[in-house]
Amino acid sequence: MSTMIKMVRSLAAVAALAIATPAMAAGANVEIDYQSWSFAGPFGFYDRAQLQRGFKVYRENCSACHGLRLVAFRNLAEDGGPSFTEDQAKAVAAEYTVVDGPDDFGDMYDRPAILADRFPSPFPNEQAARAANNGAYPPDFSLLAKARAAQRGFPWFVFDIFTQYQENGPDYIYSLLTGYVDAPEGVAVPDGQYYNHSFLAGEFISMAPPLFEEAVEYTDGTPMTVDQYAKDVAAFMMWAAEPHLEDRKKIGFRVMIFLIVFAGLLYFTKKKLWRNVEH
Amino acid sequence: MAGHSNYVPQSAAAKWLESRLPVISLMRGSFVDFPTPKNLNYWWTFGGILFFVLIAQILTGIVLVMHYTPSTGAAFDSVEHIMRDVNFGWMLRYLHSNGASMFFIAVYIHIFRGLYYGSYKAPREISWILGVIIFLIMMGTAFMGYVLPWGQMSFWGATVITNLFSAIPLVGEAIVTWLWGGFAVDNPTLNRFFSLHYLLPFMIFGVVILHVWAFHTTGNNNPTGVQPKTKQDTLPFHPYYTMKDLFAIVVFMIFFSWFAFYLPNYLGHADNYIEANPLVTPAHIVPEWYFLPFYAILRAVPDKLGGVVLMFGAIAVLFILPWLDTSKVRSGAYRPLFKQFFWIFAAVCVALGYLGAMPAEGIYVTLSRIFTAYYFAHFLVILPMLGFLEKPKPLPASISESVLKGGSGKPAAAAAAPETK
Repeated sequence: MSTMIKMVRSLAAVAALAIATPAMAAGANVEIDYQSWSFAGPFGFYDRAQLQRGFKVYRENCSACHGLRLVAFRNLAEDGGPSFTEDQAKAVAAEYTVVDGPDDFGDMYDRPAILADRFPSPFPNEQAARAANNGAYPPDFSLLAKARAAQRGFPWFVFDIFTQYQENGPDYIYSLLTGYVDAPEGVAVPDGQYYNHSFLAGEFISMAPPLFEEAVEYTDGTPMTVDQYAKDVAAFMMWAAEPHLEDRKKIGFRVMIFLIVFAGLLYFTKKKLWRNVEH
Repeated sequence: MAGHSNYVPQSAAAKWLESRLPVISLMRGSFVDFPTPKNLNYWWTFGGILFFVLIAQILTGIVLVMHYTPSTGAAFDSVEHIMRDVNFGWMLRYLHSNGASMFFIAVYIHIFRGLYYGSYKAPREISWILGVIIFLIMMGTAFMGYVLPWGQMSFWGATVITNLFSAIPLVGEAIVTWLWGGFAVDNPTLNRFFSLHYLLPFMIFGVVILHVWAFHTTGNNNPTGVQPKTKQDTLPFHPYYTMKDLFAIVVFMIFFSWFAFYLPNYLGHADNYIEANPLVTPAHIVPEWYFLPFYAILRAVPDKLGGVVLMFGAIAVLFILPWLDTSKVRSGAYRPLFKQFFWIFAAVCVALGYLGAMPAEGIYVTLSRIFTAYYFAHFLVILPMLGFLEKPKPLPASISESVLKGGSGKPAAAAAAPETK
């Protein structure tokens, strides 16, 4: 019997070892440059100025290829977002053209977008997008900040529960945008592709380095660097993917306070009720 | 049940109703006066917690359905419509998606509590088997629910799991076509999954009633495994256990809220925020965390049919567990050897879960095989043998005696205030 227990115990030890060691193997080549975000943690909120700057980067630098189809122009003026004024959001919308109709003659027609419209995509379909981009498909930005995550591996995924780490997406986007480095010696970069040490789907990415110093003008004195642009647009994309994040965290805090107080009261009620019961 | 009620109808209306349908005494006998062992610890609160989660899932689900569109062309966007445009839609949807995980966390604790304290043993076999049936329906419900947002993992998870049935000899392919309603996972598949995802929770509810009926007939198990002998061993369910369960449910809600409000996407997979695309296979197709141990067992076997058989066998073995455990002693607390094997088994299940998330290659496959073998050995070899090899510790004469061992000066039979009122 005791040898059997020993055997089983050593098996359990093997199990523990298996959990402890090779977890970092998958996706270990991806370099993630972790940033501190205003929207992280239980009291996280979006930095309005940063979202506005990020939107500017998106509009001037990304929107020619990347859509934002799930975001409506009205969202730009809503609470918990970039908080443009309604007039500003209307002005942004008016710069876009959407197809409407059919009219009384059965014809479709173009008109300027209004607040109720969502961002029209730059390409009518995936095939058109690929044809215009050397075969690559620029993904829509609406959900990208939640649709990308580098593996955390053990033990980080355990700590994440306690630190409330949910910024995998923006950290990845920032890392990718700043991850264009020279290819290591001996690595031949295919034609029309670029070496990026943060790209999840492989070493080579079809998107040319999209950001350059002073490519987008900031009027508020924020440094016009690739690093800053990458941070701002990643934050904007997080908002686009999770527009109710601030509400969620604010309500969550109230829910927590209520539940903790309620649980405390219930605990003492229960204790008093059971005071004469030996159990 | 009704037999435990000491309810006598007072008002004319109550007398009228009782003589026609004794529903008041049934409810009182089951959830008010029901004699419950007084030594139940907090592991026993997970039954109530599960009932709460089931109701929460049904309620959030009913409202989500009001805004969801079950069609391959519109499902993904309708979920995003809920997240963005519906008032508090994000809250409903995050509560519902995280609620599924909470359901499994609670059910796994509930099952392991039953395993540790021998709640599956005579006379509670039927209650245990009904519990395994609930677990199976839950798995089906969760799997089909995960398909509804029509993301990449939804689609490819559905493809992988439904394809398992093709391993059945001769009729496998035909069964898969029948399940899909076509020749690939497509709109008919999504529609039937939606229909069943709405139906199955109500079936769970029905089996839950049978599950409760069964152990209310035999009486609850308890940490000593010794049946209550006198009135001193039990307490009326209300207010003692209603209050204890309510406290536990609210503590569980804190845990639940931590995820739903602060880590809503932690338990999900990023790829499910990409709309389903039959032409692009994700790099790793991984099921939700609660299926990972079974997924590891599936992939541990090089043969497809063998893997499917073992995966279903891992649950099927639970059905015959009451007759595999040969020990006369119910509670693990009095079984020194069993206790050790229980914790090893629990560790093996966690290890299998971890391996299910890893790619099926190299050392991971080897370890999956070892742990899969151990999983079955625990039920088919260790438990039957332990009953003969193990010398259990002496059992207490009664529940009251076991709680008095603590050495507090209070008399065991002291009247509790709410009862004497």
